[in-house]
Amino acid sequence: MAALLEVTTADGRPLRVALDAARGRARLRAMALVAPLLIFIVITFVVPIGQVLFRSINNEGFAQTAPNLTAWFDANPTNVAPDETAYTALAADLELMRRNRTAGAAGTRINDVLPGSRSLFTSSARAAADFAAPFKDAVLAKDARWADPRVWHAMRTASNRYSLDYYIIAADRQRDADGRIVSVPPERRLYVGLFAKTLWQSAFITLLCLALAFPIAHLIATVRQSTANLLLILVLLPFWTSLLVRTSSWIVLLQGQGVVNNVLVAMGLIDTDHRLKLIYNNVGTIIVMTHVLLPFIVLPLYSVMRMINPAYVRAARSLGASSWTAFRRVYLPLTLPGVAAGSLLVFILAVGYYITPALVGGADGQLISNMIQYHLGASNWSLAAALAFILLAGVIVLYWIYDRLVGVDKLKLG
Amino acid sequence: MKLPAHAEPSERIWRWVYLTICSCIFMFLVIPVLIVIPLSFNAEPYFSFTHKMLALDPEGYSFRWYELLVKFGMAQPDAPFGIEWLADMWSNSTWFNAAKNSILVGVCSTILATILGTLAALGLVRDEMPYKRFVTAILLAPMIIPVVIIATGLFFFYSNPCGIVGFECGRLTSTFTGLVLAHTALGVPFVVITVKATLTGFDSSLARAAASLGASPIRTFFKVIMPLILPGIISGALFAFATSFDEVVTVLFVGGPQQITIPRQMWGGLREQVSPAILAAATLLILVSVALLATVEVLRRRSERLRGLRP
Repeated sequence: MAALLEVTTADGRPLRVALDAARGRARLRAMALVAPLLIFIVITFVVPIGQVLFRSINNEGFAQTAPNLTAWFDANPTNVAPDETAYTALAADLELMRRNRTAGAAGTRINDVLPGSRSLFTSSARAAADFAAPFKDAVLAKDARWADPRVWHAMRTASNRYSLDYYIIAADRQRDADGRIVSVPPERRLYVGLFAKTLWQSAFITLLCLALAFPIAHLIATVRQSTANLLLILVLLPFWTSLLVRTSSWIVLLQGQGVVNNVLVAMGLIDTDHRLKLIYNNVGTIIVMTHVLLPFIVLPLYSVMRMINPAYVRAARSLGASSWTAFRRVYLPLTLPGVAAGSLLVFILAVGYYITPALVGGADGQLISNMIQYHLGASNWSLAAALAFILLAGVIVLYWIYDRLVGVDKLKLG
Repeated sequence: MKLPAHAEPSERIWRWVYLTICSCIFMFLVIPVLIVIPLSFNAEPYFSFTHKMLALDPEGYSFRWYELLVKFGMAQPDAPFGIEWLADMWSNSTWFNAAKNSILVGVCSTILATILGTLAALGLVRDEMPYKRFVTAILLAPMIIPVVIIATGLFFFYSNPCGIVGFECGRLTSTFTGLVLAHTALGVPFVVITVKATLTGFDSSLARAAASLGASPIRTFFKVIMPLILPGIISGALFAFATSFDEVVTVLFVGGPQQITIPRQMWGGLREQVSPAILAAATLLILVSVALLATVEVLRRRSERLRGLRP
């Protein structure tokens, strides 16, 4: 029965098989077209980001500079207090550090989690040649800080090949004498506050952009096509202009002797001795970032508003709604897809912003990206990597939401 | 959009208020871009309009900052104009060298991004493409992920690019190749998006017609598909070029003293002492962006006409 119904191609193959083969070939052709770019992006983008993750948790450096201690830590569980064998290993490693000149590197690694302990390593390593048994007494005689259990906890986690030490630092935490993770004293808390500030400020800038974009997107969407094209050019011009050009213009406009202050002085609104501080602080960051990111929300809003049939609002009015009610109950809900798409995009871009805060932010306008760059420049690579990865994780979540909500390939580029 | 004749006075007032607000926002968008143009002709080293400038006195204006832009870094800027002066400028002028670097990196990365991006877009619009959504998200990620994170990753990766496969080879830090690869990755999403958008309006029966008339797939591509999607490809390429031309973060992180591009040079100028020469450079860059914007707009309209989206 089945054989009777089997349709075959001209050369006698079953149609189903031939069709599957053709589909498979088409699939392979599509994949072959995408493959070169996919491989390129994996190498130049995915692999480097993987390296950020790797750097943030990898600390093989300490295990290499202190092999004896690492062996002792491997042999003894966490709760064993350092005994004479531990101090023998420590003395041997300090001597090794003295000969290889690696005490600075090892000290820096421990110093990251336990500030102030770099000198402990460098000064003890200098004296390492003179240590003699019993080593515990010799080392403690050189520096009593070696008895501090926190030093031993720090060295134990650092001797693991992988540790989350730098994420603990990025969370403003540290290990106490018992190895528990506790908050650092308030004056040393840096990163959680900076992450919070970055989020808060990005949200504020997003709201500001939305408030500015809504009226002009609505205007562009409702005027004649020729006027709309002209107005769109006004939005696209800053969009296409180099970011550094726009930043330099704002510096010119906002600085103490700049155009805005001069106009305000000429109008008599402010005293020449009390010029407004509009740049090299947080105010400057917010103004310039709002300007830079505004086109990214105007374009999606406009493309949604253009599709809203004006008859809906007219219908609401003819049924007795006031213009405000018609706007609030009919027009506004229809714009929500554009509002969501634009706001989310601006927020994502704002969270990772680097250039503007670095140039016009001054001391208090810096965001988390600037902190990443700072630690990278100061060779605190692991900490920079940990901070970058936390930021990345947040952005990936937002990116995923954006892709679900809008579709990233629907991005409006003008 | 005109108000109907029966509009109430309150609506008329609101209309005026609304238009005023919109004009202010448009001014906020455009003035910061345009203000540098007149200021770059300032005869004085100030960042504000002098009285002479406001009075439109020709003495208040000068080309001195443009001159400085050309001559800065030259060995003998005041030598008489001739072959030697030009050679001096070609090899020594700081901004001119930055422009050479920018154009070189921009052109190389644009070519690479356009080829890779167009191929990928052709594959991504096919129905047979598996994991379409996920692959698209990966390919477009360099546009969304903060550049600082990408640059941090490249900083680690470029210090020993072969390290991931377990052996040592040269580094890509402070090389043109490294910078071109980075800028290609940053620019390629724009090519993919614009070409994909052009292809979605593409009538695939045209390609089938060419095939049924005996054209090979390659001939079909170059004779039928390519001419129709060319405006999209060029727009994408211009986006990629603009991205590279304006990119400073990866240059800062993985570029060396031999890879000073125009944005890097401006960055240095803005960090130290802002000189009006920066405004002259900015004015020239605005001309570049206006030219790019105009080209893309013309192409977009042409593409929409070609695909019958617009009369």
